[in-house]
Amino acid sequence: MSFTLEDLKTVSNLARLDLSDEELAQMVGNLNKVLESFRGLQQLDLSGIEITAHSVDTHSVWREDEPRNGLSRAEALSAAPASHAGLFLVPRIIE
Amino acid sequence: MGFVVSVGMEVHAELLTKTKMFCGCPNAFGGEVNTRVCPVCLGLPGSLPVINRAAVRHVLATALALNCSIARRSLFHRKNYFYPDLPKGYQISQYEETNPIGYHGHLELPTGKRIGIKRVHLEEDTGKLLHLPDGRSGIDYNRAGVPLMEIVTDFPPDIHSSEEAKQYLQYLRLTLIYLGVCDGKMEQGSLRCEPNISIAEEGSKSLGVKTELKNLGSFKAVALGIQHEAERMEAAVAKGETLRQETRGWDEKAERSYPMRVKEFESDYRYFPDPDLPPMKFEDAFIEEVRNSLPELPTARHRRYTSSFGLSDYDAELLIAEPAWAEFFDACVNKGGEPKAVCNWMNGDFAKMLNESGTVVSESRITPDHLADLVALVSSGQISGKMAKEVFETSFATGQMPRDIAQKQGLSQLSDKEAIRKIVIAVLNENADSAQKYRSGKTGVLGFLVGKVIQQSSGRANPQLVNELLIEELKR
Ligand SMILES: [Zn+2]
Repeated sequence: MSFTLEDLKTVSNLARLDLSDEELAQMVGNLNKVLESFRGLQQLDLSGIEITAHSVDTHSVWREDEPRNGLSRAEALSAAPASHAGLFLVPRIIE
Repeated sequence: MGFVVSVGMEVHAELLTKTKMFCGCPNAFGGEVNTRVCPVCLGLPGSLPVINRAAVRHVLATALALNCSIARRSLFHRKNYFYPDLPKGYQISQYEETNPIGYHGHLELPTGKRIGIKRVHLEEDTGKLLHLPDGRSGIDYNRAGVPLMEIVTDFPPDIHSSEEAKQYLQYLRLTLIYLGVCDGKMEQGSLRCEPNISIAEEGSKSLGVKTELKNLGSFKAVALGIQHEAERMEAAVAKGETLRQETRGWDEKAERSYPMRVKEFESDYRYFPDPDLPPMKFEDAFIEEVRNSLPELPTARHRRYTSSFGLSDYDAELLIAEPAWAEFFDACVNKGGEPKAVCNWMNGDFAKMLNESGTVVSESRITPDHLADLVALVSSGQISGKMAKEVFETSFATGQMPRDIAQKQGLSQLSDKEAIRKIVIAVLNENADSAQKYRSGKTGVLGFLVGKVIQQSSGRANPQLVNELLIEELKR
């Protein structure tokens, strides 16, 4: 089963990528080649091997529950494209 | 044709920690907007999350209290979606069947019914969207990154009525409060419940399509919302309509649900392990240490009060409603207070006085010593039940021990036979006609005479002794 143009449109929408028809057509071909390579990998027998989610062999890295200073509100809002009354302004959202 | 209602419960609980889940910003309620933020919880480039150990411990304690299996190795995943309530573009959560810290457990209700728990996992809360009067939307990120525990019931569901759903939520909430992991304040949103409801014809194998209900801000709303939703679905089916899977909001004022706009691609979260967070591993020693620290839980307490002390379900439920209240009761009993009497005082006069004075038990002048003392004075016959009420009121107001109040006010019940006999004789002399009636067989006047004697003693005479002595003197 190959990766269709529709699949690509769904994925690019999820990733908020605005791709032109040309780019979409080109990428469908490229992504199908990438998937083909993975199909080769999937033929390897990996039973009994634990999934590697992390490349570094470390675990249970905790932080004690102690407060630390963060940013002032002015600092926090300084990078916001728009703010009002201490709030980050975003495009109108209807629930 | 009957319908079977099935209810799945998804509960989110904000954890009682000093700081957020992955950064050192304070975890608090209220205050000025965007004042508890830092590069981590604002999702600024280059910042890295670090796991709050206290939050993990809270979830572990909850999972153990809910009889869950504990994951030996547990990962955090990224749940990807674009919505401004989380600035990173994803929520850090936990995915998969046996990866969450706890899975495959149950909560047992005092009735003995077990509600299966599918998973107990740890994630981060989102920021708050505020709709400005001019139509724009603003965001406060104070809540973004606050440790959030999600508890999901089994599928297929064990809950089949709104009443059962309410009881489950009630005992789950109490369990979290007893564990000290969540304050359970539904009105502040620190405990949130999103039930999903389906109906199916009796005997049918399929469960029917689900409606998810949101915006339930109280116990009443949860029970009413589920009930109304089941009724709405049954009415729709009766009319021959086809139900569709949807998310509906609850309008608390109008007491009805309304369809909510569904976010596009809602289910396509593309979960994957968060590369910024190494896995957590739970060793036996840590699990056992947490297990040994668990307090007696509400269901067990309820059972102890009803089976060991013979209290009613209703009384037991009132006593366990707050840890401090239940501890007060236990302390009184440990000091020798007769359980049923202690319970009656607590759920009666004491609760009423606290309520009227707007105080809580921990602030009251009444300690377990006071109540145990009062109960002992009554049961030994030293003061009557009526006097005890007055003594308790004084004790509540002043903090004096009941024993001292009774002594000072001369409230001790008169049990001195000869002292009572004197009053009895005087009363019989004053009411010679009544005495005569009694002697001629009209024994019904005895009650009148008893009342006279007690009145003469300013209410202090022991009624049983008065009774005995009157009969003795009348027969003389
Ligand atoms: Zn922060």
